[in-house]
Amino acid sequence: MKGWKDIPIGGVIDKPATAREYKTGEWRIQRPIINREKCTNCMQCWLYCPDMAIGGRLDGKKMKLGEVNLDYCKGCGVCAAVCPVNAIEMKPESEFI
Amino acid sequence: MPVKLTVTGAAAVAHAMRQINPDVVAAYPITPQTPIVEYYAGFVSDGIVDTVLIPVESEHSAMSAVVGSAASGARTMTATAANGLALMLEIVYIAASYRLPIIMPVVNRALSGPINIHCDHSDAMMARDSGWIQFFTENHQEAYDFTIMATKLAEKENVLLPVMVNLDGFITSHGVESFEMLDDGVVREFVGSWNPKYSLLDTKNPVTFGPLDLFDYYFEHHRQQEEAMTNAYKELPRVFEEFEKISGRKYDFLDLYKVDDADYIMVVMNSTASTAKYVVDQLREEGHKVGLVKPQVFTPFPKKEFQQVLNGRKGVVVLDRAMSFGKEAPLYSLVKSSLYEVASRPSLGSYVYGLGGRDTTPEMIREAFEDVLQGNLIADEQRYLGLRE
Ligand code: SF4
Ligand code: SF4
Repeated sequence: MKGWKDIPIGGVIDKPATAREYKTGEWRIQRPIINREKCTNCMQCWLYCPDMAIGGRLDGKKMKLGEVNLDYCKGCGVCAAVCPVNAIEMKPESEFI
Repeated sequence: MPVKLTVTGAAAVAHAMRQINPDVVAAYPITPQTPIVEYYAGFVSDGIVDTVLIPVESEHSAMSAVVGSAASGARTMTATAANGLALMLEIVYIAASYRLPIIMPVVNRALSGPINIHCDHSDAMMARDSGWIQFFTENHQEAYDFTIMATKLAEKENVLLPVMVNLDGFITSHGVESFEMLDDGVVREFVGSWNPKYSLLDTKNPVTFGPLDLFDYYFEHHRQQEEAMTNAYKELPRVFEEFEKISGRKYDFLDLYKVDDADYIMVVMNSTASTAKYVVDQLREEGHKVGLVKPQVFTPFPKKEFQQVLNGRKGVVVLDRAMSFGKEAPLYSLVKSSLYEVASRPSLGSYVYGLGGRDTTPEMIREAFEDVLQGNLIADEQRYLGLRE
């Protein structure tokens, strides 16, 4: 993170399309931990994640679960709630400090 | 050649604005500020200035319009008073935080209620922590001069802060008095043109104003505002000096009246200083060593200047035309805290006067001076001038 001397004044964003640099995952207080052994790759969590933080990858013609991009995951727990096999556990962020 | 004009204070301010010729002025009437924007609307309709005048439907809109205008890179002004300033307040803070050098004459008026349209400083004090630079002016000449100096200061690259030029409602705004008006060309050259660092209309270098600024950078941006205030404090003597060159009028953070050998000093802002100077003269004739300090710059608060002038005096009385309910009066509390560090603290007294336009007579000013002359001051006691018991 930059200090007060190194940022444009007034909160001005002086170049376009910088939203990716805004790592909104820093708000998170809970982190989804996926038990890959239980996961059936049904992709419900990928579909429901409101922040597109859950990645998917094509394995042949089938979608497979990718990684969670913690830079943008808000820890909302929607993924854990929709997982039909309870493969996702929300753990307090404090466990990872 | 400068000319003498005998007009109202509102007209004097409107003339300063006319000579600066801002790109945009938002206008919304509120007593006693209305004549400023009325005169200005006249200049616009007569084609004397090429300003875009935006008549809006509220003060909230007026401040919103000038924020948008200043962010687009236009030199921008508006004017207000009292409850109008209160309605603007949300955006007043935003203007400062976005670092937009808007100039706004504030015709000081009671903030109500019960409803009152007359002079006091509760409006300016409400906005004292909004991040705006605040000047206070005693008369027409100062209101005119400080509007011009405000433009010069606000737009400095290391400052970029909005400025309020305070003048007393009705007393200055509607009272008729002579002032010296500089030549149009001289003012135009003094303020120069504004080349904003960022502009929404500069499509080659697109920028975003007003994005979300949460706990990650908000703190840093406010630290920048504090730095800009420090820079304004450093730049002001240069602005005063340059203004003296074009006008012959010498300004400073504090206007000092007969303080050199004074044992007892009164601190008071704006038009009441004129009455106080009259009383100082009377008391001097009676052999009392009294003097007057009138802060012209309130934000950034000239703490060092106060320390220098008040250190070692016998007694100081501070007059406030506003109250901070449950706390010490706004000017008094700042003067008092400035004196914490001086080697030899004077005894201090706090006086509230003139609320809601209550006349402040020489007798009332004398009353405060007599307390200090008799050593009858209690630093923790708030006293009232002209209040019926
Ligand atoms: S916790 Fe919420 S934001 Fe994070 S991956 Fe799950 S659904 Fe997406
Ligand atoms: S919802 Fe559960 S089972 Fe389905 S892909 Fe996500 S983690 Fe795997």
